Amino acid sequence: MDLGFWTLQALNALQLSMLLFLLSIGLTVIFGLMHFVNLAHGSLYALGAYFGASLAATGGYWTGFFLAPVAVMAVGLVLYTLLIRRMRKSGPMAQVLVTFGLIFALLDLTRIVWGDLGLPMNAPEILSGRVAFLGVEYPAYRLFVVALGLGVFAALAYVLSRTQIGAMIRAGVDNDAMAACLGINVERLFFIVFCVGCALAGLAGTVAAPLLSVTPDMGLHILIPTLIVIVVGGLGSLKGAIAGSLIYGFVQTFGAVLAPQLASMLIYGFLAAVLVIKPAGLFPAKG
Amino acid sequence: MLDLSGIEAGYGETQVLYGLNLSAQQGRVLAILGRNGAGKSTTLKTIMGLLPLKSGQITFDGKPMPERPFDVAKTGIAYVPETRDIFPSLSVRENLELAAKRFKGGPGGWTMDRVVDLFPRLGERMDNGGTQLSGGEQQMLAIARALLMNPRLLILDEPTEGLAPIIVKLIHDKLLDLKRAGLSMIIVEQNFGFATSLADDVAVVGKGQVVWTGSAAEIRANEEVQHTWLGV
Repeated sequence: MDLGFWTLQALNALQLSMLLFLLSIGLTVIFGLMHFVNLAHGSLYALGAYFGASLAATGGYWTGFFLAPVAVMAVGLVLYTLLIRRMRKSGPMAQVLVTFGLIFALLDLTRIVWGDLGLPMNAPEILSGRVAFLGVEYPAYRLFVVALGLGVFAALAYVLSRTQIGAMIRAGVDNDAMAACLGINVERLFFIVFCVGCALAGLAGTVAAPLLSVTPDMGLHILIPTLIVIVVGGLGSLKGAIAGSLIYGFVQTFGAVLAPQLASMLIYGFLAAVLVIKPAGLFPAKG
Repeated sequence: MLDLSGIEAGYGETQVLYGLNLSAQQGRVLAILGRNGAGKSTTLKTIMGLLPLKSGQITFDGKPMPERPFDVAKTGIAYVPETRDIFPSLSVRENLELAAKRFKGGPGGWTMDRVVDLFPRLGERMDNGGTQLSGGEQQMLAIARALLMNPRLLILDEPTEGLAPIIVKLIHDKLLDLKRAGLSMIIVEQNFGFATSLADDVAVVGKGQVVWTGSAAEIRANEEVQHTWLGV
């Protein structure tokens, strides 16, 4: 196990972390802001992958990259108008049941439209090679995913900490009733955050597509890791989402190579430990 | 200015207010007094739209009060809750700016500079996190934030609760200044002396209804009402 091995695994971990971050940030802020549990968030990721792969097949990778998040946001808009807005006051149990049902509805819908077989999507030509990086040859596309995740993190960190809408979102997550008493339309804020969250889930799906095979159940498989990320990180916070994603990515990746026989349960052990020591997660928005 | 008639409201299945009638006048301070659980805070939360109105009517300047809190805020009512509700993720400055940017140039003429003049302590703590403040500083921040909404009516729920006597005195004097400047206020308060020295009018709430109304001077002289409804 030389330096190259560690670098390679660290990059793999980082790349998994960034995918999870793109998914978990939307889910955690939606949950923090409106106490709304959207289990179908993973299905939007799957839809992003399908839209991306289909669009890329006709118009090339970048068409998929830019348009798939928009298409997923449009699906989110429909879901919000028809379902989620009505479910807002109905309590967590009803929300969990409805959005869990939605997972299967969307899963079958993707089966009907795209079939059961995996769909291919190629990385763009410019990112198809390998790059020498700290002594290892690493696929350029995977480095692109890492950079994209870090870029989105930096952009969100700027918006949340430096802009008025960011302060409104943080205030809404802290205490939505008081935010409303200060004249903030929390419902409209939620709608904006929901749309951005959907677009980011779509983006995660699109960029993941060339790395994995695009299959109907990919949304279901990513759901548990995403939930672990937001529970470990703490609900509603950007810091929590990035920390949770990094922890999951590194524990999972290094667990798989260093202790393969323990790998599948390692992250659950970690989750249990966090819940015992800090039940609200590492960096919850509500201190 | 603000009129409540036949208000029935409460928390979910638990009804707290049973046909409550109340009226607050322009340019005057109304104190709502009563024992714990009488329905004082529930009344304020119902006005703000934080609790649903089961029946009855609330009007502000003769117009029906909107149902949602952010619409209520836009009518010119600012609310300082019992728990102060400073946003912990925001700095003192951000807590204030949230209101200041939204209601800039309102009738009260309040600006960031003016609230810092009113509470110089806040000026020293602008970049601190909202929850790094002491209880008294949090109360100052909550009042300052409400003033930056340039309200026509300021509603305060238990502004002295849990504060040291010296801070209570300071809050009292500042509220008195605001009263003299003509700001209409409704104050819910357990501290009888604090409330009656600030208020023009007093409404006593018991068992979810207003059981007595009169002036502050009248209730100070009326030991029977004090004894029966306030346990003073």
